[in-house]
Amino acid sequence: MSTTEDLYAQPSDTSQGKVFTVTGQDWDSITQGLGDSAEERVVVNMGPQHPSTHGVLRLILELEGETVTEARCGIGYLHTGIEKNMEYRSWVQGVTFCTRMDYLSPFYNEATYSLGVERLLDIEDDIPEKAQVMRVLLMELNRISSHLVAVATGGMEIGALTVMTVGFRERELVLDLFELITGLRMNHAFIRPGGVAQDVPPGALDEIRDFVVLMRKRLPEYAALCNANPIFKARLEGVGHLDLAGCIALGLTGPPLRATGYAWDLRKTQPYSGYETYDFDVHTWDTADAYGRFRVRLAEMDESLRIVEQCVERLAGLEGAPVMVGDKKIAWPSQLAIGSDGMGNSLDHIKHIMGESMEALIHHFKLVTEGFRVPPGQAYVPVESPRGELGAHVVSDGGTRPFRAHFRDPSFTNLQATSVMSEGGMVADVIVAIASIDPVMGGVDR
Amino acid sequence: MSGDNRSGRSSDNRPKGAEDERVRGEQPVSVAPTDASPHVRQDGAERSETREDKVRAAGLVPDRTTVEQAVGVRHGMFGARGTGDTSGYGGLVAPIVYPGTASRPYGGWFDEVADALEARLRQTDLEAAIHRVVIFRGEITFHVRRHDLPFVAQMLRDDETLRFELCSGVSGVHYPDDTGSELHAVYHLLSMTHNRRIRLEVTAPDADPHIPSLVSIYPTIDWHERETYDMFGLQFDGHPALTRILMPDDWPGHPQRKDYPLGGIPVEYKGGSIPPPDQRRTYN
Repeated sequence: MSTTEDLYAQPSDTSQGKVFTVTGQDWDSITQGLGDSAEERVVVNMGPQHPSTHGVLRLILELEGETVTEARCGIGYLHTGIEKNMEYRSWVQGVTFCTRMDYLSPFYNEATYSLGVERLLDIEDDIPEKAQVMRVLLMELNRISSHLVAVATGGMEIGALTVMTVGFRERELVLDLFELITGLRMNHAFIRPGGVAQDVPPGALDEIRDFVVLMRKRLPEYAALCNANPIFKARLEGVGHLDLAGCIALGLTGPPLRATGYAWDLRKTQPYSGYETYDFDVHTWDTADAYGRFRVRLAEMDESLRIVEQCVERLAGLEGAPVMVGDKKIAWPSQLAIGSDGMGNSLDHIKHIMGESMEALIHHFKLVTEGFRVPPGQAYVPVESPRGELGAHVVSDGGTRPFRAHFRDPSFTNLQATSVMSEGGMVADVIVAIASIDPVMGGVDR
Repeated sequence: MSGDNRSGRSSDNRPKGAEDERVRGEQPVSVAPTDASPHVRQDGAERSETREDKVRAAGLVPDRTTVEQAVGVRHGMFGARGTGDTSGYGGLVAPIVYPGTASRPYGGWFDEVADALEARLRQTDLEAAIHRVVIFRGEITFHVRRHDLPFVAQMLRDDETLRFELCSGVSGVHYPDDTGSELHAVYHLLSMTHNRRIRLEVTAPDADPHIPSLVSIYPTIDWHERETYDMFGLQFDGHPALTRILMPDDWPGHPQRKDYPLGGIPVEYKGGSIPPPDQRRTYN
């Protein structure tokens, strides 16, 4: 390759067919341009910036009239090399990267990674109870916020704008809780190997209780608005059909799998973080279509509220309990506190290390700059994210940084079903089918 | 890096002969070893359903594994090269030893799976297909000869005592120091019928990066294999359309390989310059 050639932008041209660039003009002006020799078969590139594609997803659709004969996905537009970057940071810093993958369910990214690291460290049984409860609490709140976005954007894409506005209204309440507990609305880096970053702030439990009361009132409103709505049902029923065998073959997990009637939920079947001690049900539906997935998500939000309530009860009895593993060789030494300019380093901790104890300063410095070492080996601890099985394959070579961290993201896997869910259907149903998978491109592309 | 160094002590600079000792001391001091003694739970919670607990409850997870190979060597502690590291830690030389081969009985359902798999493989004269079994932290890994991978996967999926019907994808790992098998492909399989999880590991040398594709057995692995090809250059023979998936089609190189730099530019701040992360001095 010569040096004058641009490596990343080689000229490309199509060898067959006419190319039309459609940017919102009238369809008639395009069909006129086709002339009399027009074929009915057109290949449409939808995206990667189309608002209905859940981020930067590119769809390549071959249409015969309004019927989709072939559908393919083009992904990678949001690839940021998170897995590669994690190999150059310490084990704890890895959380800061992976939380940004699936940005609608950051706590799950953090949780599966932290659980994997904890298994490698063999400290799974040493995680304090309060940290476990807080993880479950945050994950279930996150499930509600994620499902709300799935329902909201799915509604918006079929023109049900009210579902969108109310969905985002309620999601905002969850994000407020996240901000209260972790200091951030997204990208929290709160669940860390060994526990969680901080204790519950004062007043948080009351806020969560109020939230649960409000959601108990509002979630039924979604059901009242959508469940029997004839337009809603007409758009969703029978669309994006994929039965159990198809789901297993294509590796679909989460709501699409449960909508086929199979109650597979890792929280029940392979519990982690103490899920086996909570009282909740796994909901299924038997239509294996977009409507079924919607109903499963709706029902799961109710169950998440149940779990959140149980978490709040437990946290009320765990005041002052540790939230980080007792092993000082692993536990993050620093603490955060709210100051006049927002969240920052705890002044008490800084006073301790800078003014009182040389050993504490050395300890802090070693753990923060060098980090801890993780025994060589590999682990895979999947969690049930709102979209299905999310797992981190973490490999250590005994060093202070991940040798390899690979994420099995459910959006990535589930998106493979686009073809089989869309082909043979109408072009308008492609959007519904993809919305029912609920892909988040940050997780797909990582 | 041997266990002793990992736990912060520097005394372990023994010659290579003491390999057995080395592995015995592999757990960091702060960490409870996966030993044969019953595990005492502090919370007393019942979690007997999980795979790991079954294995632990059976008390059969081998605590001693034989050393299989030292993959790579770690020098020093502070990543200093060229300049004088006066701390004394710079002279450390420690092999990187991964968990070794497990010996029977594996414990819990591991033996059931291994027995069923061996029986099926014996019927087809493919006993050597699985050349190593590693158990680490309650997870079992079968190392499969690469050209036998499709047969093994087919058996794992179809045999009713195995029934690993869901494949959670393939993840590549590049071990540049594992001479002759630098590229590893790691498959996570899930049996929903029996609620079990296993891992398959297949290796290929850098010089011949070919592994048979599993798309015909697990259609879900289509994109996962494309991603692994994209990131590691592993060629999955038999894949219907092995093209790049995350990187642009004309991207040179395979970014997740260890010989591919992270990239980045130095950050300048008040006259000082900080090199990009992969060129900084780091602990190792």
